[in-house]
Amino acid sequence: MSERNDNASKTFSMEWFLPALKNAAIPLIGIFLFLGIWQVGAPKIVTSLGAVPGPSQVFQQFVGLVDEHQEARAKEVAFIERQEVRNAAKLEKDPNAVVKIRPYTGKATFFDQIWTSLLTVMTGFIIASLIAIPIGIVAGLSQTVYSAINPLIQIFKPVSPLAWLPIVTIIVSATYVSDDPMFEKAFVTSAITVMLCCLWPTLINTVVGVANISQDLQNVSKVLRLSWWTHVVKIVLPSAIPMIFTGLRLSFGIAWMVLIAAEMLAQNPGLGKFVWDEFQNGSSNSLGRIMVAVIVIGILGYLLDRGMLVIQKYASWDKSQALR
Amino acid sequence: MTVKEHLVISQASIDFPTPTGPYRALDKVNLKIAKGEFVSIIGHSGCGKSTVLNLVAGLYQATEGGIILDGKEVNEPGPERAVVFQNHSLLPWMSAYENVELAVKRVFKGKKTKAEMKEWIEYNIGLVHMDHAMHKRPDEISGGMKQRVGIARALAMEPQVLLLDEPFGALDALTRAHLQDSLMEIQKDLGNTVIMITHDVDEAVLLSDRIVMMTNGPAATVGEILDVNLERPRDRVAMSETPEYIRCRKAVLSFLYERHGQKAEAVPEPVVEKAVEEVMAEQKEVSPALVSVK
Ligand SMILES: Nc1ncnc2c1ncn2[C@@H]1O[C@H](COP(=O)(O)OP(=O)(O)O)[C@@H](O)[C@H]1O
Ligand SMILES: [Mg+2]
Repeated sequence: MSERNDNASKTFSMEWFLPALKNAAIPLIGIFLFLGIWQVGAPKIVTSLGAVPGPSQVFQQFVGLVDEHQEARAKEVAFIERQEVRNAAKLEKDPNAVVKIRPYTGKATFFDQIWTSLLTVMTGFIIASLIAIPIGIVAGLSQTVYSAINPLIQIFKPVSPLAWLPIVTIIVSATYVSDDPMFEKAFVTSAITVMLCCLWPTLINTVVGVANISQDLQNVSKVLRLSWWTHVVKIVLPSAIPMIFTGLRLSFGIAWMVLIAAEMLAQNPGLGKFVWDEFQNGSSNSLGRIMVAVIVIGILGYLLDRGMLVIQKYASWDKSQALR
Repeated sequence: MTVKEHLVISQASIDFPTPTGPYRALDKVNLKIAKGEFVSIIGHSGCGKSTVLNLVAGLYQATEGGIILDGKEVNEPGPERAVVFQNHSLLPWMSAYENVELAVKRVFKGKKTKAEMKEWIEYNIGLVHMDHAMHKRPDEISGGMKQRVGIARALAMEPQVLLLDEPFGALDALTRAHLQDSLMEIQKDLGNTVIMITHDVDEAVLLSDRIVMMTNGPAATVGEILDVNLERPRDRVAMSETPEYIRCRKAVLSFLYERHGQKAEAVPEPVVEKAVEEVMAEQKEVSPALVSVK
């Protein structure tokens, strides 16, 4: 829809500029009001760790975290260089010498932890989608299958991640045994917990989307006597795409929320663990750092949802549909 | 007209389940249709015309009686009985070409090569004069164009029987006239058997070999069958003045508006004549475009 508008508005004009300014100004006013109230109100609340930090202190903590990350990277580079020099020297003396290459094992920085969190949430979410969409399609097409799984969906859907976690932890500990595990146990546990919690919206929305395909299109399929597979690919999936994406985005929101809780408890090295560690740490910086984490979690969640929206626009056939 | 039995609707009745018990929509419908015949079904809204068509299509199952096509009972839908649905029913995510392609691939897989299929798809789209918008999607073309693509899709399946459910109902008079002419041409060339539902008396007379008039529901059935003995090819303007055309038109109008879709019964003759003339005069005023096209 907007392509034509964009071209028209490339020529700079007040008609275009003023509404754009207004569009940007109102949210900005909202944000500044919030920051103002925070800055003024925060110092008035004094905790065991000192006064609650305002936005400027939180920003300083953020800068501190960036510095820490850069330091750690520099250390890592230095470590690897030293190791290489040492090994090269060893090999020079004795070409048959066995050289050890040890990975750098410094403390994970805030940004390493963001990365781990993203990886974990993506893993859980993708596995959940790969399970939920096919089951949803089958259940949407068959009343019998739907009747069979509906009670299970209704029972498991409201279960909190905190209830799943102990079960998952114990089962993973018992079954995921390997001398050289590809993934850490904590990672597997968190990912599976995320998966269990974010299956449901995708599953339910896929079922609804598939079950509500227009009767006319179903008749077309019947008259053509399309095979089951062609029916699913050419008719069912395109019809259900908007509902599937609604489900996926709900699921993703849940996944991101659940992840933080799961990481806190599973001690998976992610944002959740970062928050937990800072809480246990209890230094004067901790409150500010936790707030940095909160804001980063929020912004990342928002960006990820926008990302899903872009994919949805790409995947859906109806480009004129208003998406938000 | 002597009818060689190609398609037979035999004692077909259908009950729809409703909360207040079964609803008998059709009761003992009987109809025999010859190969290559053009039959239209006319009747008041909600009397059960679409239900008859869906029975022939195999989308509904008769509660009693059934449908026989070339000696075989029909009990499921199939591409040899192609349907043009009332609201086109194109897949909105596919271009006109792809919509027709879906049908062609299904019917001619293994019988035509890729190149032959492409040619066949384009030929059928050409039949309905849609070449220029072949690669547009349904939301990018007008209602009349969508209906044409629907017809092309059905024709491309080379069906033995072509079923049309009020195919031109939602179109303006001009477009409708164009499509009626195309349909007559195509049917002449291909010789398909056609069953078309319509609520337009002129359309029924213009296109059909026979007009089946249905009684009002519930328990609707065939009220009367009218033979239209007009020479083909038919020209809508020249034909509109002929006595046969006027006779047919009158007969249908009389059934629909005077007897209110009842089976023949005693209605005083003069009253019928007068009322029918009034209705006809009214109709001519309403749809001048229908007559003046061409
Ligand atoms: N699937 C269905 N379930 C219940 N009732 C139906 C169904 N299809 C049609 N009917 C009823 O059968 C009657 C005839 O419908 P239909 O064949 O669509 O009429 P029309 O002549 O307008 O095409 C109507 O009263 C309608 O309500
Ligand atoms: Mg109908």
